[in-house]
Amino acid sequence: MTQHDAGGSVPALRTDRLGRRYGKVWGLRDCTLEVPAGAVAALVGPNGAGKTTLLEMIIGLLEPTEGQVSVFGQASRAGTAEALARVGYVAQDHPLYRDFTVAEMLHFGRAMNPSWDQGLAQARMDALGIPLNRKIRRLSGGQQAQVSLTMALAKHAPLLVLDEPVSSLDPVARLEFMRDVMATAADHALTFLISSHVVSELERFCDWLIILTGGHVQLAGPADDLLAAHRLLTVPRATPDAELPGRTIHRTDSDRHSTVLVRTDPVALAVHSRSGWQDGPVSFEQLVMAYLQRPSTATTSDNPGPAAARPGPSTKAVTR
Amino acid sequence: MFRFRLDGSSGVPPYLQLVHQVRQSLLLGYLREGDRLPTVKEVAADLVINPNTVVKAYRQLEHEGLAGGRPGQGTFITATSSPVPPEAHQDLRASLEGWLRAAEEAGLDDEAVTALIAVARQDLRQDLEKERVP
Repeated sequence: MTQHDAGGSVPALRTDRLGRRYGKVWGLRDCTLEVPAGAVAALVGPNGAGKTTLLEMIIGLLEPTEGQVSVFGQASRAGTAEALARVGYVAQDHPLYRDFTVAEMLHFGRAMNPSWDQGLAQARMDALGIPLNRKIRRLSGGQQAQVSLTMALAKHAPLLVLDEPVSSLDPVARLEFMRDVMATAADHALTFLISSHVVSELERFCDWLIILTGGHVQLAGPADDLLAAHRLLTVPRATPDAELPGRTIHRTDSDRHSTVLVRTDPVALAVHSRSGWQDGPVSFEQLVMAYLQRPSTATTSDNPGPAAARPGPSTKAVTR
Repeated sequence: MFRFRLDGSSGVPPYLQLVHQVRQSLLLGYLREGDRLPTVKEVAADLVINPNTVVKAYRQLEHEGLAGGRPGQGTFITATSSPVPPEAHQDLRASLEGWLRAAEEAGLDDEAVTALIAVARQDLRQDLEKERVP
């Protein structure tokens, strides 16, 4: 397998000014983003940020109020069989028929999906030591998650969407599940979009990061590039944001000095830094937490894609 | 077979940790020219990390001339390892461990140990400099 290439090839996923309104409230608005083929993308945001709304529109379960979703260059229309076939989905609570046996569950998958790969499904159950004749409800939480993932993989969909796949699992089952996901990602040319609350574990899983708060994308792009574009500065307390090199994302003021996480670049840093200021790299967790704690803004300037440059209608931050 | 490890709390990006481990192992003689590195899938499953991270680390090693991919066979170490024999490293490491134990017993914390080593190294360098220019 090869590392994804952000430019050139058709992205696995693209959303263009995607929005969904629930009554008077926008659950998600102005969402423009791309995930390149082969990436393992993490979707992070607090509860009510619009993650599930976004994921359900991507998999074709929910119709957008505005904007559109394309998967590998093809526009998806919600509710159509072909939209559902191109995206594999593992839901948060692993909804399986609890009175089915594993074999019956796989049979159901075969009946529902024309491109179903029964060989792959059975081989995975063998490799994971999950007996085909066991009832779903007698499987452990980790095994149920594995069956859910197998159902998604056997569809042979090139894009897999996992909504909080490990939130119900204990730490060991979580590790084993993610080990399986990572090995699968290495074996097949698949693109993953994984939503998660477990920020501390994300760095090792994802190479693409999307932060969503208050119904708006706050940050999106290759994780390493995003990390390199931020620095943690220690400056005298009185220093105003305007004098700092770059845009202030998060600021902690103590008695004498302030610690500020800024989005910046080496040139701005070299030009604006003063003696006595300290600066250092930002860890993945610091970066994510800084954006999660920030009041939600309707900016789309961090989004890749041409829509970000287009002047759009002004949007207000929605209530969370 | 060489095995990588990952320190989640170090703050060093995972791909750089992998690169550092190969560099360090070459210096210490644990890896030698011709050794095969584990496959991308093996590392991804072993450490539970994104395979793209491993690919990125291997590319960096290739770029630095330390490793090279052979089609269908894997990634192999191409650099010659440290000229210092591994036995010399072992002796030095043993005496260092003895010293670290003494420091621990004396009540020095990690930071104090690091500071002491840095100062001692600086002094030694100056002394060596003086010996060279009589």
